[in-house]
Amino acid sequence: MAVKDYIRERFFPHIWCQGCGHGIVMNAMLRAIDSLAMSKNEIVMVSGIGCSSRISGYLDFHTLHTLHGRALAFATGVKMSLPALNIIVPMGDGDALAIGGNHFIHAARRNIDLTAIVMNNRIYGMTGGQFSPLSGFGTKETTAPYGNIDHTFDISALSIAAGATFVARTTAYHVQQLTELIKSGILHEGFSVIEVMSQCPTYFGRKNKLGGAVEMLRQFKEITTPKGSKAKQANPELIERGILHQTEQPEYCNSYEQMTALAQKGK
Amino acid sequence: MNTNVKFVQGNEACVEGALYAGLDFFAGYPITPSTEIMEHLALRLPRQGGKFIQMEDEIASMCAIIGASLTGRKVMTATSGPGFSLKQEALGFAIMAEIPCVVVNVQRGGPSTGNPTHVSQGDVNQSRWGAHGDHAIVTLTASNHQDVFKMTVEAFNIAETYRTPVILLFDEVVGHLREKLVIPGKGKIPLVKRLRTAVKEGTDYHPYLPREDGRLPMSDFGSVHRYNVTGLFHDMWGFPTDDPQIVKGLQRHLVDKIENNANQVLNYKEFYLDDAECILISYGASARSALHVVKNRRLRGEKLGLIELQTLWPFPNQLIREKCEKAHYILVVEMNMGQILREVKNAVHFPEKVFLANRIDGSLISDGDIRNILRIVQGKGV
Amino acid sequence: MKIERCRLVFSGSGGQGVITASIILAEAAALYDNLNAVQTQVYGAAARGGSTRADVIISNAEINFPKVLQPNVLVCLTQESYNKFYPIIRPGGILLTDARYVKLNRKVDARQKSLPMYQNVMDQIGKPIVFNICMLGAVIALTKLVKPDSVMQTLSTRIPPGFLDLNRQALELGMSLGEQA
Repeated sequence: MAVKDYIRERFFPHIWCQGCGHGIVMNAMLRAIDSLAMSKNEIVMVSGIGCSSRISGYLDFHTLHTLHGRALAFATGVKMSLPALNIIVPMGDGDALAIGGNHFIHAARRNIDLTAIVMNNRIYGMTGGQFSPLSGFGTKETTAPYGNIDHTFDISALSIAAGATFVARTTAYHVQQLTELIKSGILHEGFSVIEVMSQCPTYFGRKNKLGGAVEMLRQFKEITTPKGSKAKQANPELIERGILHQTEQPEYCNSYEQMTALAQKGK
Repeated sequence: MNTNVKFVQGNEACVEGALYAGLDFFAGYPITPSTEIMEHLALRLPRQGGKFIQMEDEIASMCAIIGASLTGRKVMTATSGPGFSLKQEALGFAIMAEIPCVVVNVQRGGPSTGNPTHVSQGDVNQSRWGAHGDHAIVTLTASNHQDVFKMTVEAFNIAETYRTPVILLFDEVVGHLREKLVIPGKGKIPLVKRLRTAVKEGTDYHPYLPREDGRLPMSDFGSVHRYNVTGLFHDMWGFPTDDPQIVKGLQRHLVDKIENNANQVLNYKEFYLDDAECILISYGASARSALHVVKNRRLRGEKLGLIELQTLWPFPNQLIREKCEKAHYILVVEMNMGQILREVKNAVHFPEKVFLANRIDGSLISDGDIRNILRIVQGKGV
Repeated sequence: MKIERCRLVFSGSGGQGVITASIILAEAAALYDNLNAVQTQVYGAAARGGSTRADVIISNAEINFPKVLQPNVLVCLTQESYNKFYPIIRPGGILLTDARYVKLNRKVDARQKSLPMYQNVMDQIGKPIVFNICMLGAVIALTKLVKPDSVMQTLSTRIPPGFLDLNRQALELGMSLGEQA
């Protein structure tokens, strides 16, 4: 199918600013889904609130646009109820890790088979540029006009510590790798986190004098390196891209099925 | 012994009612005094192929049941005051997105952590007005286990009929006390099945276009119709919109579908009203004490009657107005500072004849408490 | 059953099985003796230790108000619960205490029955876990509220078959103590 066939044209134009990274992520997501030849009827996209969360409405799947931070909790209900469905959860950094932080770590801990795509643009865009838990110390936002004194999370390290069994990271610049990682995340049985460093030239870029979308994308290229590369050894400041962690652990819905079988035998 | 006769807590009577109604997905978080509901379901649901999940918090439990309801399951969560507060945002989502679900609140003292192991009926107004924005809601309650069972089944039926969350507002006394429950045979109480769309694959399906009777046929997630569900104001396809006409239309629809059917969801009981000069109005555990007083006074020839409310919201204004027309006094018996009192005063022609007998210290209001107020009301001194 | 309505309060310390005994009595009455019964208990934050109280009402008529304000039968299995609850006994009621745990040091308008239940359980059965069932036997003998067989039927739905005999012994022991009292 063409990427266009996955889109609800009735819903357009989209709300994103020129130069926003979220459209790139949506495109990569659709290419990944298309390459897996999945039926649109077996895909449910669940999202919360924020710029990135609007992806769900634009796409022709079963789509559930929920509350700020709660997407993974709704998604857990859908998945538990019908484990045959493939659930993809597009999230923003504030949505996933500030207001939704508790749901995020517990979905990871359960290892329930959901694919969380965290679009990390280090800012609350929809409300106009306030700092998020991913903004970083010393950055500037409308709610940190004198410089941010909040420290950041490392999304990948947090996900691994919380029990996610597939954790990957890339950027909106590395679109082919992004498509491959989303594909692997969907195929992985268990909780998958794909962190995508995404640019918000309108707020984060402007406030922090990082230039426009092109300059921000160039920076993604310059400050990242493939996992395990020599460049990383030479320059530990570089951020690694690729699959950072992948293990096999019992998946939550499978465990529930086994527990159920036991309960039914014992009655 | 007939296995359909049980000696159980009210919380377990609620579980039996829910399972009878077809509950097959429960998500919850432990909280006193409702925890027994989730404990029993943790035992029962896996055995019969249903789904049970203990979530990370109260908010997540409410969200999870909404997700599961969209796949076609009958869903419920159970909580108490603090948890009920936390669930309000997602409850509002279920109202806006018209998702059938049942939310049990076994009330304890509040506000805040309050009086966790003691009785209160302080969440009556919260169950009506807890979610932000204009909306309508159905809230049911009961005073004994047979009625807890019945109202729980009714809650599921109303949730499915009107695509709405329904709140079961029980209290610590009814939730925890043990008494006999007779479980009716299959089919004795009619069950409402989910109304599903007859629209065929490939034909444009309008998930949010009400039929003439106001009902909206659903399509399960995973089946052939792919549509959008959102907490934003939305059009007939579920797409977000701020078009003033559509916003107004949906707002009206959400309120009208409940308020215009208030009589369809009205449940109450009446005792000795025919010649009653003094009418007690009560609900939940308080109604047990009120009925105790009414029966004892009737033995002495005093003309007391009782209206036991089982549907608290929408409040049955007309019923109260008509039934109380000839009463000399009306005494509202409840365990809060007058939440239903205000509604009754609002409903009747003579609000100055309406008095409150309440108790707010965590103990069940007793017949003595009610008798003391009655004496004052009747001018017999303190 | 002789009286139309009997109100009982069981009190003691957490872990003595006071609440379980109250449930068994009420369930026996409601499910096997065709009576109406309600049981309530006081909830606290602690699961073990501390004082505990359970109320039971048994009646041939419908029971609306479920709490007991003045019990016809008050059972106190600790000194603390005796000191706390003795004033609520209905005049002429039965106040049952265990001779080992409670010293009768109050004047009460009731039939005070201090029985060596714990001592007998330890001497004759050797298992403190059935102390509560022995107490229940004494209550039944003193009040004739339910049939002993109904209690045994209730127990059979709650405990493994291997423990039924132990409980029957305790129930009968309590009944004989109650009858002698």
